[in-house]
Amino acid sequence: MLKAPRRVGLVFFPAYDWAISPTHPEREERLLYTQDQIWEEGILDIEGIVEYRPQLASPRDVERVHICVPDLESRVTQSDLIAAGGAMTAAEAVLQGEVERAFAIIRPPGHHAHRIVYANRGFCNINNEAIMIEYIRQKYGPKKVAIVDTDCHHGDGTQDIYWHYRDTLFISLHQDGRTLYPGTGFLNEFGGPNACGYTLNIPLPPETGEEGFLYVIENLVLPVLEEFKPDLIINSAGQDNHYTDPITNMRFSAQGYARLNELLKPDIAVLEGGYSIEGALPYVNVGIILALAGLDYSYVREPDYSSVRVSQPKEISEYIARLCKETYAAWRNREDIRARLVRGKKEVTRQRHIYYDTVGLLEFQKETTLVCDECPGLTFIDSYSDRGEHILAVFLPRKTCKRCREEGENLYRRADIKKYTAIFLQDRENDTLLRR
Amino acid sequence: MFVGLDMGGTHTDAVLVSPQDGVLRYVKKPTRHDFLASIEEALEELLDGIHTSGIDRVNLSTTVCTNAIVEGKTEPVGLIIVPGPGLNPSFLQCGQLNFIIQGSIDHRGRETSPLNEQELNWVKQQLRATGLRSLAVVGKFSTRNPTHELRIARFLEGDYDFVTLGHRLSGRLGFPRRVYTAYLNSAVWRVFSRFADAVQAYLAKKGLVTEPFILKADGGTLALSVAKNVPVETILSGPAASIMGALALLPTEEDAVILDIGGTTTDISFCMEGLPLLEPQGIKIGPHLTLVRSLLAYSVGLGGDSCIQVKEGQLYIGPERLGPPACLGGPAPTPTDALVVLGLLHLGNAELSRKALKSVANSLNLSIDSAAEAVLSEFTKRIAQVVGDLVHQLNQKPVYTLREILMGRKLQPAKAIVVGTPARFFKPFLSKALGISVEVPELAGVANAIGAALSRPTASLTVFADTQQRRVLIPEIGWEESIPAHFTVEKAKVLAFQFLRRRLKEIGYTEPEPELEVIEEQVFNVVRGFNTVGKNIRLKVQNKPLPMSLVGSLTTDLKGPSPV
Repeated sequence: MLKAPRRVGLVFFPAYDWAISPTHPEREERLLYTQDQIWEEGILDIEGIVEYRPQLASPRDVERVHICVPDLESRVTQSDLIAAGGAMTAAEAVLQGEVERAFAIIRPPGHHAHRIVYANRGFCNINNEAIMIEYIRQKYGPKKVAIVDTDCHHGDGTQDIYWHYRDTLFISLHQDGRTLYPGTGFLNEFGGPNACGYTLNIPLPPETGEEGFLYVIENLVLPVLEEFKPDLIINSAGQDNHYTDPITNMRFSAQGYARLNELLKPDIAVLEGGYSIEGALPYVNVGIILALAGLDYSYVREPDYSSVRVSQPKEISEYIARLCKETYAAWRNREDIRARLVRGKKEVTRQRHIYYDTVGLLEFQKETTLVCDECPGLTFIDSYSDRGEHILAVFLPRKTCKRCREEGENLYRRADIKKYTAIFLQDRENDTLLRR
Repeated sequence: MFVGLDMGGTHTDAVLVSPQDGVLRYVKKPTRHDFLASIEEALEELLDGIHTSGIDRVNLSTTVCTNAIVEGKTEPVGLIIVPGPGLNPSFLQCGQLNFIIQGSIDHRGRETSPLNEQELNWVKQQLRATGLRSLAVVGKFSTRNPTHELRIARFLEGDYDFVTLGHRLSGRLGFPRRVYTAYLNSAVWRVFSRFADAVQAYLAKKGLVTEPFILKADGGTLALSVAKNVPVETILSGPAASIMGALALLPTEEDAVILDIGGTTTDISFCMEGLPLLEPQGIKIGPHLTLVRSLLAYSVGLGGDSCIQVKEGQLYIGPERLGPPACLGGPAPTPTDALVVLGLLHLGNAELSRKALKSVANSLNLSIDSAAEAVLSEFTKRIAQVVGDLVHQLNQKPVYTLREILMGRKLQPAKAIVVGTPARFFKPFLSKALGISVEVPELAGVANAIGAALSRPTASLTVFADTQQRRVLIPEIGWEESIPAHFTVEKAKVLAFQFLRRRLKEIGYTEPEPELEVIEEQVFNVVRGFNTVGKNIRLKVQNKPLPMSLVGSLTTDLKGPSPV
């Protein structure tokens, strides 16, 4: 049999007995044909490709990242815990040095899940990557992490979770929010007041082809990563940019995804969306695995592949080039931009409506962050939903400075309990979630 | 009466068994280079003075194909593969002449690109020019749709002695394994055919009119005439013979580890609720992974004749065997010598054993007796360690449903069944090392041949039904038919069992009713837009791979053949 130049760990968890509903895109057989293709190719027989059984994420692992309303038990399903656990297992295989890279082919996905979870959004309940990253940091110490989200939808949940952190660079490539769910992910979403520039969004026009995606990787993502110097690169490997995907409008391919991974060299890739379960996923997943393992992927092609199907008009190429140039310039000037943003301010506040499409729930948020040069800053969110809950969530990041910690703890203790249905304190340093 | 014969690397064991009266006779002979001569020699002695009319069945476990493959004494094969998109297929060129041709079938069994007639003509010419007599034709996803393999075979028909078609070997996915299995099947076809003819002629001469059976690696048997078409199924049947023997002699309903302690190695296998565990994909032979169904058997280099060394105060046993134990004139101390020193076994010259173990004792700063005990405790501790690791690994096996993760039944051996010639001598040391009860059957030394005698024909079939394409397929028997849109998994089961019964009859199953079971069952919706437009049904059925149980008392005379 073949031998892989690089050892790759695979976590494959198709959850064949779980669906949002019988004909929902996120349903039982989503990874069935992917499994067929992987098995028929004999991928697991390749020397150096190791399959792992996913662990179950614990409530602690989830609450390190999320505040579930009203509570974790009612929001999180077993399949979510296995999917998140699968990502954790993949990361662990890499950190233990058992493999060089790992790919968690898991479902349900996670990148639309925000810090606060009222319900399912965009097929996601909890954020697999964030739970994985925070688990790693808790267990293996501080790590500088770059997340490159190549799902076709903006990774708004991951962006929300890492909005205030300089130790986590979040880059999302996605179809322009004016044309696709969740409708966010524009250039001006650039990170919070203490982490300006550590969130980068590249909204790509519909019909972006192979050339466009790879252009962004080569001309923006790689140079930024080069400067950020992460300890770990995570790919949120959504596969819905594929030209056959039923719910998006892009023109990417299995070859393209493989090449993207070859360029990006992620330590860990985690499957996100991708709903062309017969025409795309089997080929894309095989392509990604081969690329990660350093094996020849040039024979991986969809049966209906043609260069015409993955090409893009010249205007799009030009538009993307401008987009990359502008974003890169902003990244370089991130400190100046921050200085202008926080000048004379003690705190920065933003108000948002967050829509939970799966159940039709609307959340109203007022988020306040202390401007802080010492730490990621105290953040607190006053949030209520049209279902009736009203919560206050206080976030104390790792390495919170003394002032932010004191203010946060006071806020948690002194907030008027009559005004809220629950008050939370997420304390990363002590790895606890307190609740009043 | 049943005859069971197991041809091993060093010994050929044969037994005469009656399900009512137990083991009537057994013989143990050194295996000769000439396989047929080995069989003849063993059977002549075993059946001396016995009326062949009383023999109901002859089951043989042979290394003919295994040896041909391991020693590279196989026939050149023309290999034609239809890989379609995916891995770079060049690594699969294991034939003497290889053709990678156009055409592709996808995961649902749809043709996504056709064969190229011109290319096929060219292949035909090339093959003719070389004079190859044996072919293997394999397509990716041919178990989902064998059309391409069938068309190629028809196109080349008549020019060859033997053609293996990939889809007939197994319903499992795994294109590289399918390629290797088909290649090996064609490569050993002639050597097995010759062997089969010779065996048949010999048995006929002996007046044994019943058709002999050949043991497979999954612990089942196959009628010799059927085995001629799938000789690859007969590889590596030795461990299965021992496992079947262990389970025939000591049937269990529990989880158990089965150990077969030999001279060079110990084979470790497991059963769960009394049923032996199978290799998940198929067995490996030489460098080749195959789709040949096999019982799970892990071989570790620890046997009665493994050489013992002391390095830096540390005791090492195996994995090499330098020769027979010292008591029989061998060059190095062995665990067998430790048994002899302690008076647990009387074999050869005990003085030689003591002498050999003396140096071990000296380096360990122990008396000879204590050194012997240390050897036996280390020997069994190592085995126990491997058993523990394997149990852990097996329990880590990935699963794909929430139910399996949350309810996951784990393998937890409650006892050990130990066979092999020296088994009973190691028993007390093994139970200490393993921490579970250890059972050694009487006749543990010929459990392999007993297993061969009592094994029954086994078969498994895969049903693949797609109600959107209105098609049902059983690749192993090359059966395909159209189905209505409302076809169900229940109907698929009825079909599967019906064909499995027929198949079992074909391969020689004669007992009244085989115990059939569904081992895999999956039903998925095929959805277009937001509508369910069909069902994708996958079933795997088999008869349980269990030996006949042995009723009645066992003959305990261990000294050799006794007249009935």
